[in-house]
Amino acid sequence: MIKAEQKPMDEILRYLSPYDRILLSGCGACVTVCHAGGEKEVELLASALKMAFRKSGKSLEVLEATPARQCEPEFASELSETIEKVEAVISIACGVGVQTLARHFPKTPVFPGVNTTFLGETVTHGVWEERCQACGNCILERTGGICPVARCAKQLFNGPCGGSSKGKCEIKREADCAWQLIYDRLKGLGQLYRMEEIIPARRWGVESRDSGPRRIVREDLKV
Amino acid sequence: MKAGSNLEKILSKDLFAVTGELGPPKGNDVSVIQRKADLLKGYVDAVNVTDNQTAIVRMSSIATSSLLIQMGLEPVMQMVTRDRNRIAIQSDLFGATALGIRNMLCLTGDHHTFGNQVDSKNVHDLDSIQLIDCVRTMRDKGTLLGGEEKIEGEIKLFIGAAENPFGDPFEFRAIRLAKKASAGVDFIQTQCIYDMTRFKEWMKMVRDRGLHEKVHILAGVTPLKSGGMARYMAKNVSGIIIPDQIIDRIVKAKKPAEEGIKLCVEQIQELREIEGVHGVHIMAIEWEQMTSQITEMAGLLPRPQIT
Repeated sequence: MIKAEQKPMDEILRYLSPYDRILLSGCGACVTVCHAGGEKEVELLASALKMAFRKSGKSLEVLEATPARQCEPEFASELSETIEKVEAVISIACGVGVQTLARHFPKTPVFPGVNTTFLGETVTHGVWEERCQACGNCILERTGGICPVARCAKQLFNGPCGGSSKGKCEIKREADCAWQLIYDRLKGLGQLYRMEEIIPARRWGVESRDSGPRRIVREDLKV
Repeated sequence: MKAGSNLEKILSKDLFAVTGELGPPKGNDVSVIQRKADLLKGYVDAVNVTDNQTAIVRMSSIATSSLLIQMGLEPVMQMVTRDRNRIAIQSDLFGATALGIRNMLCLTGDHHTFGNQVDSKNVHDLDSIQLIDCVRTMRDKGTLLGGEEKIEGEIKLFIGAAENPFGDPFEFRAIRLAKKASAGVDFIQTQCIYDMTRFKEWMKMVRDRGLHEKVHILAGVTPLKSGGMARYMAKNVSGIIIPDQIIDRIVKAKKPAEEGIKLCVEQIQELREIEGVHGVHIMAIEWEQMTSQITEMAGLLPRPQIT
């Protein structure tokens, strides 16, 4: 799922300084799972913002909402009436959610309250790690289900660099070397021959964001 | 001859090759290059010119290599994929070969966060193996990567790469060389060797795959200057293994630098005896003045003159 982290309080307060009535909108999907922008975080951040305003001798009215999925137009439009009543919106959904609100409500400023960080997996309670870069051409079939695009610091396609040592990456010593993981997994599966195949240069220009924002059109689903 | 470089001629005549290494200045001071070139000239067959090694900004390897040619030394131009996409790579290879560069070394490069531009965006459009394939395509097919259009002129390059027998997983390290060989590499230079047992094991795997007959292997050595350097490298540089007895020998020596040179010479002599080792790559980092002494003591002089 998409992972995010709340922005520093000072930065959020800086966005809000001209206003005294805002909507704080969370999202019931990914950011709820990573405890960055769910209903609970909306409540906590609303109190913290009000308190910070009071401390500086001002007051802030915060309306709260947590649509089920802020990135879906039908859920975003549920906020129409509330948004009429406020001067600005802080969204603690991911960057997609922020943009959905911005597109729907052209007259209201929408500010991000979180930094969207990566597509990742829960490793253990309170720990998340990046697993996918949405590169547009999945090669997990060749790499034992472990992604070198997301998990190798140099995005190598043909095995570990010389800096792989005792299973760890030289760049972040606490991080596993993705290619060591791939090697171990393929060995366990009896598929080490896969490591001998050369993966040719990628077609970044066709598959990835490098040729501009990507779009999927499904004629069978259009109305 | 693929490129007709001095290094290629020496290796193709089965002579034991010697390469050195030169780090370009952190600026445009040509006198730094001249000084290092003077220290290496006549003692090595070709000189690697590093490409912003450890991601520290230095004069470009292309410009430095071109200056070395003017100074009468043959460069092995290093190129990393960290900073260039395939447009820049191929354009730079047009330029480098036009300037007379005939050897190159294809590398991924040290990660940019090790250097002095940690906020930059790395490229990694290609990895080192894909870069080898790219250069081979330009040289042998006369086209760009993934294209049919003919290149104007000829790209004559003797293609090198690095290999590290001391990285993990160990069993993959010979497979990785096999991939580089099938991508089209002509020679490889290894990471600096201190753990001779592991290097010999790796060479056995290399020979078992017949790779020593497909690729020229130059064994990498770096003389140790002091006990502190040995300890630092052993502890902090991933992919370098220095056995305890070597660290002890340097630490306990009355004159550690002299002992380091002596050790390096012994290593070269031992490496020379290993079947499939076709030369030695001496990386006397910021200690270029020792290259003459090391090559002299190791019996590698005079270097062959091939016309």
